[in-house]
Amino acid sequence: MMRKKTLKLVVTFHTTADAMAMEKACKTQNAPGRLIPVPRQISAGCGLAWCAELSEREQLQEILRAVGVEEQAMHECMV
Amino acid sequence: MIYFDNAATTLPKPREVIEAVAQAMCSMGNAGRGAHTATLGASRIIYDTREKLAHFFGAESPKQIAFTSNSTEALNTALKGILNPGNHVVTTVLEHNSVLRPLYELEKTGVELTFVGCDEKGMVRYEEIGEAIRENTRAIVCTHASNLTGNLLDIRRIGELARAHGLLFIVDASQTAGVFPIDVRDMKIDILCFTGHKGLMGPQGTGGMYVREGLSVRPLKTGGSGVQTYSREHPKEMPTALEAGTLNGHGIAGLGAAVELLEAAGLDKIRAYEQELMRLFYEGVKEIPGVRVYGDFSQKERCAIVALNIGDYDSAEVSDELLVTYGIATRAGGHCAPLMHKALGTVEQGAVRFSFSWHNTKEEVETAVRAIRELAEN
Repeated sequence: MMRKKTLKLVVTFHTTADAMAMEKACKTQNAPGRLIPVPRQISAGCGLAWCAELSEREQLQEILRAVGVEEQAMHECMV
Repeated sequence: MIYFDNAATTLPKPREVIEAVAQAMCSMGNAGRGAHTATLGASRIIYDTREKLAHFFGAESPKQIAFTSNSTEALNTALKGILNPGNHVVTTVLEHNSVLRPLYELEKTGVELTFVGCDEKGMVRYEEIGEAIRENTRAIVCTHASNLTGNLLDIRRIGELARAHGLLFIVDASQTAGVFPIDVRDMKIDILCFTGHKGLMGPQGTGGMYVREGLSVRPLKTGGSGVQTYSREHPKEMPTALEAGTLNGHGIAGLGAAVELLEAAGLDKIRAYEQELMRLFYEGVKEIPGVRVYGDFSQKERCAIVALNIGDYDSAEVSDELLVTYGIATRAGGHCAPLMHKALGTVEQGAVRFSFSWHNTKEEVETAVRAIRELAEN
């Protein structure tokens, strides 16, 4: 049985390099979350997304700004 | 981690390959740049690998093998180096983006494309290849096996058709080099593009292309060659014609060790084991309610790949669940083969791809079958 989904914050990126920069920055700043394959409900195809709790939104936005990573979009979706 | 993503890259690399790379990093100079001990040592190792690959693929001579950084570079070189505006090229819906995207680029310059379709199991319709040939057809380009389904194409059959019509035949052997025997002359292949880090078990950043003797391919890049310094033009002689700049000597040393290892171990023996794992997995999952497997498993020989979906679940979600709950690494989503996904009706859902290698065990496969069975339960 697949595990129960919960509402999460999912950040998508233009490139894999941006996704990796995001992961590195989040790790450095102890911002919880992890990289996941981009969910179909956001975009069919391939690529990585950063998945975190909804409460992390502001911190993630700060990190994105600080490292100069341009996110494709920030979604709230069931993951 | 149980690693079932060997169609993306084989992991782990053999110890002999790792040692050859490490040794090269301790001793190699820049090949073809000077005549001191370190540079000559590098040139010898690279030439040795060239010789091994020429023998491995049945090339006329080692100089017909040019090194590239991967299949993508080889395919770009081949397609952009032989096709001209007004030429027509026949290809298939099984292709990877490394064939499709260069072709779409060329289409903008006036190259005409025909895509041959497939049946419901993703097998190419061979008869349509012949029907697609026109007066201005210059080449047939196709993959040796689908990276999504693992379906294997009869390359000899297509090669004979191409030769009979006086067409160039370019083969993308990304999924098959090092797995299936390839004899370029016997199979009537004019250009063979391969990567070093999949079936060949070599390091990433290695690959190459065989170009038939007498066939001239425009280079994708020009520059340092180690010879003819004062000429304004890059040398036209193979393999230098297609090798500008310092080669990945360290990686090529590892690739040479990999080819040697594969020949000693025997391709047939390795492939038989990988096929056994693939069949074991396929037989274990095909009847599970809700599981849909893609590809033609009536083929005696096919790549050790099984792509599937569970119900309507997002393939990315299933792949993530396999990793988080079971520690199983697979690839999900689209697999850089957009036309194949379209033909199979999996554009939105993608597919979860399991790909096996000689480092995997039957126990690992059984764990994966159990995982799929559990995930498919309501």
